[in-house]
Amino acid sequence: MNRFLLPLAGFALLLAVLVVGLKRAPEKSILPSPLIGKPVPQFTLPNLFDNTQPVSSSSLKGHWSLVNVWGTWCVECRAEHEVLLQIKQEARVPIIGIDWKDQNEDALTWLEQLGNPYERVGTDRDGRVAIDWGVYGAPESFLINPAGTVVYKHIGAMTSQVWQSEFLPRVAAGPGA
Amino acid sequence: MRLCAALACVVVALSGVALAVDTTPPLPTPVLQQRYYELTHELRCMQCQSEALADSSVGLAADLRVQVRELLLAGDSDDQIRDHMVARYGEFILFRPRMIWRNAWLWGAPTLLMLVGALVGWRVVRARARLVDIEEAGSTGESLEP
Repeated sequence: MNRFLLPLAGFALLLAVLVVGLKRAPEKSILPSPLIGKPVPQFTLPNLFDNTQPVSSSSLKGHWSLVNVWGTWCVECRAEHEVLLQIKQEARVPIIGIDWKDQNEDALTWLEQLGNPYERVGTDRDGRVAIDWGVYGAPESFLINPAGTVVYKHIGAMTSQVWQSEFLPRVAAGPGA
Repeated sequence: MRLCAALACVVVALSGVALAVDTTPPLPTPVLQQRYYELTHELRCMQCQSEALADSSVGLAADLRVQVRELLLAGDSDDQIRDHMVARYGEFILFRPRMIWRNAWLWGAPTLLMLVGALVGWRVVRARARLVDIEEAGSTGESLEP
């Protein structure tokens, strides 16, 4: 009896490790951002609508904001656009867009046709700012608190459900969250 | 013979395809070029996660190769360039996990498991050897024949 007990225990342990690994696989496929809890990366980008007023990281201080990285070539961005417009209507958190590796004309046409959810849009043509933000696939959305700290990051299309369960509670909890 | 020629054609055609990913001109010195080669092979392309920066054809990999190149030209050390990437994309961008305390279990576990295996093996062999001793003692001490 005893000689089977140890291998059996070993097998049970292995099984437990594999089951936990499998269960956690979906959340593990989303990579955590090292930026969470850190001040936003410094940047200054040309403004899509107004050449004279650049969009910079200093404008992210003093209020909550949502930084949304998008591009007209990005299919998922079209999928989330409706949700961004809803967030704009809520008028609780202004959205700053970073238009990533795109053409100004394309971006302007896109916003004209689908509506503009952004308070300001910076144009990142060579992709440098996106790299500083650790972006690896659009769309990505960052929640920034009034102190200018990155609080949360969502990779993939924004949905009302994600907005309500992950973003709004953090805003409601206050700047310390 | 004709088949051989046809196969040779196919091989030549395919080998040409694999070359064209990184088309940037070489760096000014062979040392820098070698470091560039090594770094772009040990940094992961974040979009197509099992490929290295050097082998990936997606836009982000090209942008990151440009950054590696610029940092090399700016005089950064290999470690500084790795840190630069980790600060933005996290440890995951390194194909080879760093030897830091947080990764201790990762580096330590194989050695530990090997030691456990060796210990178990040694005990099994010793137990078997003792069995043989007992059997031999039994067969010499007493005749089994009727």
